[in-house]
Amino acid sequence: MKEKAVLELHGIVKSFPGVRALQSVDFTLREGEIHALMGENGAGKSTLIKVITGVYEKDGGEILLKGIDGPASIHSPQDAQNSGISTVYQEITLCPNLSVAENMFIGRTKGLATNWRKMNQDADKILKSLDIPAKATQQLGTCSLAVQQMVAIARAVDMECKVLILDEPTSSLDDSEVKKLFGLMRDLKAKGVGIIFVTHFLDQVYEVCDRITVLRDGKLVGEYEIKDLPRVQLVSKMLGKELDDLSDIKGEPKEEEENANEVPVLEAHQLQSNAGIKPFDFYIKKGEVNGFTGLLGSGRSECVRAIFGADHVIGGSVKKNGKDVKIRKPLDAMKNGIAYLPEDRKIDGIVGDLSVRENIILAAQVLRGFFRPFSKAKTYEIADEYIKLLNIKTASADTPIKSLSGGNQQKVILARWLLMHPEYLILDEPTRGIDVGTKVEIQKLVLKLAGEGMSVTFISSETDEMLRTCSRLVVMRDRKVVGELKGDELSQSNIMKTIAGHEEEKGGESVE
Amino acid sequence: MGDNNKKGGFSGWFARTSDTNLLLTITIVVFFVMYIGAMVFQGGGFLKPQTFLHILNNNGALIITACGMSLVMICGGIDISVGGVVALVSMSCAVYLDRDVLNPEKYAEKPGKIFVALLIALGIGLAFGVVQGFLVAYLEIQPFIVTLAGMFFARGMTTIVHTDPFNVSNEAFVKLKDTRVIVPGLGSVNRKGIYIDAYVEIGVLVALLVVIVLFALLRWVKLGRGFYAVGGNPQSALMLGVNVKRTKFLSHLICGLLAGLAGFVYFMHVGSGSPSHASGMEMNAIASSIIGGTMLTGGVGNIIGTLFGVLSLATIQNIVASAGLGEAWWTGITIAGMLCIFLVIQSVIIAKKKKLLTK
Amino acid sequence: MSKKKFNFDKQLLIPIAALVALVLFNLIVDPSFFKVTLGTNSSGNPVLNGYLITILDYGSELAILAIGMTLVTAASGGQDISVGAAIAISGSVILKVLCGSNTRPETLQAPIIVAFLVACVVSMLFGAFNGVLVAYFKIQPMVATLILFTAGRSIGAWINNNELPVISDESFTYFGGYIPGIPIPTPFLIAAVCVIVIMLVLKFTTLGLYTQSVGINGSSSRLNGINPEFVKFLTFVILGLCVAVTGLIKVSRLSTINYSVIAKDIEMDAILAVALGGNSLGGGKFNMMASVLGAYVIQFLTTTLYKMEVSASALPAYKAIVVILLVVLSTPVVRKKLDKLKRKLFAKKEVA
Repeated sequence: MKEKAVLELHGIVKSFPGVRALQSVDFTLREGEIHALMGENGAGKSTLIKVITGVYEKDGGEILLKGIDGPASIHSPQDAQNSGISTVYQEITLCPNLSVAENMFIGRTKGLATNWRKMNQDADKILKSLDIPAKATQQLGTCSLAVQQMVAIARAVDMECKVLILDEPTSSLDDSEVKKLFGLMRDLKAKGVGIIFVTHFLDQVYEVCDRITVLRDGKLVGEYEIKDLPRVQLVSKMLGKELDDLSDIKGEPKEEEENANEVPVLEAHQLQSNAGIKPFDFYIKKGEVNGFTGLLGSGRSECVRAIFGADHVIGGSVKKNGKDVKIRKPLDAMKNGIAYLPEDRKIDGIVGDLSVRENIILAAQVLRGFFRPFSKAKTYEIADEYIKLLNIKTASADTPIKSLSGGNQQKVILARWLLMHPEYLILDEPTRGIDVGTKVEIQKLVLKLAGEGMSVTFISSETDEMLRTCSRLVVMRDRKVVGELKGDELSQSNIMKTIAGHEEEKGGESVE
Repeated sequence: MGDNNKKGGFSGWFARTSDTNLLLTITIVVFFVMYIGAMVFQGGGFLKPQTFLHILNNNGALIITACGMSLVMICGGIDISVGGVVALVSMSCAVYLDRDVLNPEKYAEKPGKIFVALLIALGIGLAFGVVQGFLVAYLEIQPFIVTLAGMFFARGMTTIVHTDPFNVSNEAFVKLKDTRVIVPGLGSVNRKGIYIDAYVEIGVLVALLVVIVLFALLRWVKLGRGFYAVGGNPQSALMLGVNVKRTKFLSHLICGLLAGLAGFVYFMHVGSGSPSHASGMEMNAIASSIIGGTMLTGGVGNIIGTLFGVLSLATIQNIVASAGLGEAWWTGITIAGMLCIFLVIQSVIIAKKKKLLTK
Repeated sequence: MSKKKFNFDKQLLIPIAALVALVLFNLIVDPSFFKVTLGTNSSGNPVLNGYLITILDYGSELAILAIGMTLVTAASGGQDISVGAAIAISGSVILKVLCGSNTRPETLQAPIIVAFLVACVVSMLFGAFNGVLVAYFKIQPMVATLILFTAGRSIGAWINNNELPVISDESFTYFGGYIPGIPIPTPFLIAAVCVIVIMLVLKFTTLGLYTQSVGINGSSSRLNGINPEFVKFLTFVILGLCVAVTGLIKVSRLSTINYSVIAKDIEMDAILAVALGGNSLGGGKFNMMASVLGAYVIQFLTTTLYKMEVSASALPAYKAIVVILLVVLSTPVVRKKLDKLKRKLFAKKEVA
């Protein structure tokens, strides 16, 4: 093991059916450092953490821990706990039906019986020292999400740990709570604990971290000292574009037809849903391709979900071709000619056990009505047409969609919505987790559709895709719209600067 | 998000109390309102302590099965084989104890012994618990399917053991069956003016012991808290370092064992074996648990609540009977109605509370 | 893309294999099992006799229930265990309407069709009750239907004031027996009609697509404009209709009713039929024909057991074993292990 290292990973490999989530990743955590693990969604951060904590069994590579000779064997969360690794997960992994104190101590006390008095006293002491506004005896579910997250942190911190993993713990905390957490992290650092910190908030990284490891597409990009890596460079490493390359990117020329009088195809005013985004305004014109950009968790998907009625809309109004429309549920949106390709293909997109054919006709069929099913021959005809049109690689139209590769699944979902002949098509991360060839095909298709007069909103984590396809970009940070770029302003560096925020003024120098 | 710790008044209390305590409170209040209401409006039998003790005497086995059921439900499962197990146990014990009568050539001089019968009872229960627990916890089959099959298996086996109902005449057993434990100070004077002691059966004492032991298990033993954790959120429980599979397995094992014990208590109460014994008992046990504040979704529940659930159920049946609605069908309908109301109350209360908390 | 003319579903193999196994078993044990004779019944009508006819006769009730149960299972991922109790209700309703206030009327007090329609409405209402609990209150299907499971038989008894009406009109016995001049048992004809109707419904509406889609991925279905709650609700109402039909057959067989015994344990058989048809009890894709075939296979098993002089009350024990075996073999955990074993065996062969 390297000097002062508490945790070392060598050549970690982890695959899921169809995906290589981690490809030979190395990682070193030293004593008394706060180490940021960065990367866009799908980069493999969460997978890596779950390998360390024993939730996933790794396929290859080894884990070395300080104080243990040879590779550590971690097969379950209990093993990880016993080896001195404590973790706070992104989603709150506590039991809402138990008391605060129990949640702090369950699974790690010795003996057969529970000593409530001692447990509650200990818990109260910790809660007090961390200034968490909760009682030890209170049921966890009755606390606010922020308090629950603090309790999870308190639990992790209270364990005698050598390694503390914080997987996006701050998303539900407010500023003062984040400050408290940072204070805590610095104390632990002083005691020699190694901390892995995952977050999407760049400010926080630069505030507390000493070192950054960047992952992209399941591969290690590099390990950097924080002082050697300015913000813009960090963003470019995460997104996978070196700054030198930036000038080479040439977006295809877009015709800007400014027509102030043209009525937008869709216009949203102060739209807000229950998914936690700030109210936003939005419009899109006929034949336009625009996009929402921002890091993961910035609220891109929530905005388009609100437009489609997928989340519960709690405020604002929507105009379609100048007329007020009410969109309360997805069917309303579909009837208004809006189609939405969801971000999470597996959960919201495919209907896994159904055939490619059935998946293609699903939305159009729902629009057609319950008593007017397509004839079987017609569905084959449609399916064959779209399989050919989009070049979907499938054994037959009757193959279950779940046995297709990610890219082909995505094409099937795309076919589903194209079949509806929408006026306005929303594509939320249509290119995530699919091969390069398919990505290019999809981008070309988007431009072709726009050329035919369809309005398209395109969301992607890969900025160059957005630059190639969109004529206007809405930039989001921390769940609100922070800017809009169009025409000449559209460039990789401009986007990064707007996303990064604080360094906007200095940004010019960094690009030099 | 509002700080619910600072809210005063009812809504504050409502939001702050844990689900378990909230539902327990409702159950106890409902029971007392019902019983006192019956005393006031129907008087008669309800004023005598023995009426209450009879409720216990008639429902000793139900209390035990309901306790086991609550435990499984708290852990996020369900076990509908308990009624069948009770029937199988009473039939098996009956056949064993009366083997000198049923098979005089072989056993003429050797009637069955009571402690062996008890072992048979516990053994059957344990076997069901182990098999069902294994299928549910380690093969990850839905508990409802597994225990439904268990119920049919137990019912079928009961008739295979012996087809016709019969009363047990084993002397030692009859003596045990008729043992009455006098409860001092609660007796009453009958119409002829003779003082009659109030009594409970041995089964009731066993049932109360089970309630106490299980209460202690769920409250103070780590395993007991594990049941709550697994029922509340198995994923989280795993992350917190609880052995989820083993916990699920043990919940079914204990429930099976208790069903066996309940079978013996039931047998002591009725003193006979019959394939139709304890029909619908699984349903009553589930109903009692739900009325007692155990949530079907798991993670919430209390054994004391379950005890009151059984008492509420029995009381409402007594009220229905003494109100002149003696027809058999009223029992089924009232239980189902009560169950339905409590299910909906649970669903509504929890939804409302969630809303209050996210405001 | 090539279109297959005849699309043979692999799913049908499971019930067919079970059927073949049972047929072989009976052939070996006693070939007379398959004898069918033409005789006359007590009223002098020609009827077919034999074990096979019994299977067609009694399996039909199950087949009708299996239709509804398949849809409920597909959409909600759970099963309705109240069908037996609901049959008691619908049977009771039919008798009540036919008999009026007199429990032993000389003539029918209402046309049979009216009684049947009333039973349909009542059964669908009870189905709707279950559906509301499952779809809108989000209670697990088996638990929600437990309510009606307990109350059903009592409600049935209550409707007729716990009396046992007897119908003497002969035309009423046609539904559970034979129509004069037709030697085939009427229940089989009714089941055939039901199967044809559901096949037409599946062909001319999108019911099949919706139920499967909701059962496989509710969230995705919602984003495609389907209302998952309503689809679940609808399947329970359809099951209610199936229950009414079965209820008619059941009471017609006896011309009377026994509330605590009628259609006892039939829910178990109906669920088993769905499982035996190779349909996942966790919801999703289904094959209606396989379920229907599954129902007849169950009856085949039951009749075989009867013939081997297993008493009626001991039957559940044997069936429970079959169910558990089926379910265990179809769980992902066991399947994975079996796959591994298979691979190991093959690997060894290659080495050899």
